[in-house]
Amino acid sequence: MNVSKMKRLVIAIGLVFLTSSVALCESLVAEDRAVSKSAAASGSEESSASGVSIVDFINEQLRQVWQDNEIKPSEIASDEEWVRRVYLDICGRIPSVQEVRSFVADENARKRQVLIGELLESDDYVRNFTTIWSNNCIGRGEPRRVSRAGMEKFFREAFGRNRPWKDTVVDLVTGEGHFEENGAVNYILAQMQNQDEGVQLTAMTTRLFLGMQVQCTQCHNHPFNKWQQDQFWEFNSFFRQVDKRDVQKADPNTGRMVDDYSEVIWRDFSGPVYFEKRSGLMQVAFPKYQGKQIDPGPETDRRAELARLMVESSEGEASLIAQAFVNRTWGQFFGYGFTRPVDDMGPHNPASHPEVLNRLADEFQASNYDVKRLISLICSTEAYGLSSQSGKNNDADNPAAGEVPLFSHMYLKSMQAEQLYDSLIVASNAHQSGQGGWAAQEAQRRTWMQQFVVAFENDENDEATTFNGTITQALMMMNSELMDKAVSIERGSFLFETLNRPGPDSKKIEELYLAALSRQPNRAEQSRAQKMLAAYPASKKLAGYQDLFWALLNSNEFVFVH
Amino acid sequence: MAIWNNFGMNRRHFLQHVATAAATIPAVNFLSHVQANAAALKSSQKACILMWMGGGPPTIDIWDLKPGSKNGGEFKPIDTAAPGVQITEGMPETAKVFNDLSIIRSMSTREADHGRGRYYMQTSYVPNPTVVHPAFGSVVSFEIGRKRTALQIPAFVSIDGGSGQAGFLGMSHAPFVVDSSGRIRNSPSDEAKSRLPARLAMLKEIEDGFVASKRGELPEAHKDVYSNAVNLMVSPQMAAFDSSRTEAALGLEKESDQIKDAYGRNSFGQGLLMARRLVQTGVPFVEVNMGGWDLHAGVFQALRTQRLPQLDQGISALVTDLKQRGMLDDVVLVWMGEFGRTPRINQDVGRDHWAASWSVMMGGGGLKNGQAIGATDADGIQIADGSKSYLPGDVWATVAHAMGIPVNTVHTSKRGRPMKLANGGTPIQELIG
Repeated sequence: MNVSKMKRLVIAIGLVFLTSSVALCESLVAEDRAVSKSAAASGSEESSASGVSIVDFINEQLRQVWQDNEIKPSEIASDEEWVRRVYLDICGRIPSVQEVRSFVADENARKRQVLIGELLESDDYVRNFTTIWSNNCIGRGEPRRVSRAGMEKFFREAFGRNRPWKDTVVDLVTGEGHFEENGAVNYILAQMQNQDEGVQLTAMTTRLFLGMQVQCTQCHNHPFNKWQQDQFWEFNSFFRQVDKRDVQKADPNTGRMVDDYSEVIWRDFSGPVYFEKRSGLMQVAFPKYQGKQIDPGPETDRRAELARLMVESSEGEASLIAQAFVNRTWGQFFGYGFTRPVDDMGPHNPASHPEVLNRLADEFQASNYDVKRLISLICSTEAYGLSSQSGKNNDADNPAAGEVPLFSHMYLKSMQAEQLYDSLIVASNAHQSGQGGWAAQEAQRRTWMQQFVVAFENDENDEATTFNGTITQALMMMNSELMDKAVSIERGSFLFETLNRPGPDSKKIEELYLAALSRQPNRAEQSRAQKMLAAYPASKKLAGYQDLFWALLNSNEFVFVH
Repeated sequence: MAIWNNFGMNRRHFLQHVATAAATIPAVNFLSHVQANAAALKSSQKACILMWMGGGPPTIDIWDLKPGSKNGGEFKPIDTAAPGVQITEGMPETAKVFNDLSIIRSMSTREADHGRGRYYMQTSYVPNPTVVHPAFGSVVSFEIGRKRTALQIPAFVSIDGGSGQAGFLGMSHAPFVVDSSGRIRNSPSDEAKSRLPARLAMLKEIEDGFVASKRGELPEAHKDVYSNAVNLMVSPQMAAFDSSRTEAALGLEKESDQIKDAYGRNSFGQGLLMARRLVQTGVPFVEVNMGGWDLHAGVFQALRTQRLPQLDQGISALVTDLKQRGMLDDVVLVWMGEFGRTPRINQDVGRDHWAASWSVMMGGGGLKNGQAIGATDADGIQIADGSKSYLPGDVWATVAHAMGIPVNTVHTSKRGRPMKLANGGTPIQELIG
């Protein structure tokens, strides 16, 4: 980590070009975006920054904003609430009964810190982040001629070895070769569903890795900035040396040609790209990033040049890659990032907590883009440790209603479909019945996932999910085979094992609550549950427990990350 | 709602009920009141069927042809049943029923990105980071669906879709997304139905506890959605989704092979047929999706061999069927995508995104049909001089008018900001006459 030595190159201001582009797209009807008193008001910045640990700095900044807005934060989350949250956020699943028990029983004052560290070393962390980033890069559907296995292998290695994020980005942007041998290329392949001269690749790369939305400037300028359409095409021209090759092979059984593999290959390209102004005039654009033009000649490897420029920081500011990743990751853990949406940053859309964002981005860059360290910092903040219960002191902090998030309590997040699947497996102990390795489990989950994917079949390769809190999701939760399995009373199942252990009903009810909700039932719940079970005839006792477990797993408390 | 409220009114009642339920009450008793309600449904109620052309259709090749222009493409215009209105030669059957349809040829909508265009056309508002606006189907669900107390299936159904959102109107007005096969995934088995009362009673306890713990609005919304889902899954109105089912009390019968053939044996055609059944059952807003319109290459080939034949068959069959059943005046039809496509034909014989001048088709709904409203210039690149241009809000205001939703309705966003119906659009005068 010799980053302090890293030469910070001064980059011309030109980047405003891409940044200020487009939440505005011709017209942004500003629904009162009151930036509360948050940002500008909390002016204690640099003075306190030096010599104070980063987490303390963030805590101070957030407290200042609470004070300015005259709200008080919620209580610290209970161990039970917090342990469930951190497992879901880092590992993508709820904790097992045993994991909850041992954490709650642990008397170490630093146990939260210890657990964060342990979870970041777990396979589940790698799996969860691999899923999230594979979805970000290629979607949940099955784009033509893209290898999900290859993409996942790439991210598994990136997160497993905790590779610096900038190296990961560089590999994704510059990748060449076979889609399983070099899994990184699947990112590019997924953006090449149409012959669109790299338009989708341009839009996606800026959005995902630089936190900027430029897609609108493909066709027209921003009304306030006459450069923008040029800049879209300048950025696009870095991607004109990309081509792909779809290879087929003969099926030995039928003799017919079938898909074999795809690869990203080099394409000779030099000089400018041409694009059409709305007026119909043709224009040229040369490869240029942040105001820096590179040699447009045939000897230049444009994507390699782009990668080099992307990881440079401009004076006093972290690279856009660092800023974008920090904003997105904060958003992943808190439900809201510092901008809304997280991938539309720039002067037109000021951050809610610029000091926190900048400080984290600086630290992230200075740590050589250490992903685990960033997550650990985020999870160690006071705000991350707060309860999701709000009260009259901070009800006003309600970003769901459009307010600027103040992070004075944890916001509820809906589980993603993958989180739900994995959590049901954990709750019902299905993972211990030993069903194949990573690949087999991954395949099962993928098959199940497909029922929720709605692909729009357009050049933006976008898709929607019906796992979105609507009736479709409720029907799956209530009636699916997956739920039937989760509440199964077959030999070997969680319910069977639990219910066949000796002990009073109260103990068993406790187990069910811990398995589903990661907490003990309170006294009222315990007594209600006992009464309900008592109403079942002895011969139907198991069915009673089954119904109770079904209800726990179908509850709002189960399906939200809180 | 009805089913939900049967449980847990107080603890004593609740426990008694669980006792009964545990002894497995027969599903049929449980469902009887549902059936009684269903019979009360009337069939001629206002509805809207939105035909959503995902990807952006080339309306210059369909509704607003430019013969003689370099942008004209490969299709010729033909006369329709509506005097003076011409459409593409690729839609001869639709031309015959054009007395019941109309074209708005001067849409000018400025959003030419798929996501933004979809949002704008469906909500009438441009995307904004601090508020999520409802798709018009959700507005209809909110305004009309809530009043149809006998309706047990969702008031906004999207067939083969999934893009719309309820926004600040709340999750219970979100579209219910189904596929055109009519099979509803994860429908309950009879055994599951028989166990529902006991399970729901327990669920209610747990959910109420979490709602009471004050964690924002989502926990309550979860309850509402479950309530809708339960109503749906035990309802005989489920038959509306399945063209092979007869439900005499609802006036639904098994669809014959002839009618299925007439609509077209493809997902768009069968989706329209399902839409008709849903509307018959009282669903006020149904969206039928036909995707794959992002024709950056090979546009004419795609239109000729696949797109236009399916459209022509589906639209003409729907209009004919609704008319024969006396429903057409109550059902307003809208055909649109997120934008049109460039008049200029690109190097791949495709057309790119274009929002500046394009067409939307409407029909039925008691509108003054058989018209082409507004015009583009000779090359289709801008709205013709002297022609009024229209926004999505104008289209939806026209739909609101046809459905009896007051056009001056104002909703309130979660921050208390007033939001005009259809963004303050005005019903298109020529259509409402």
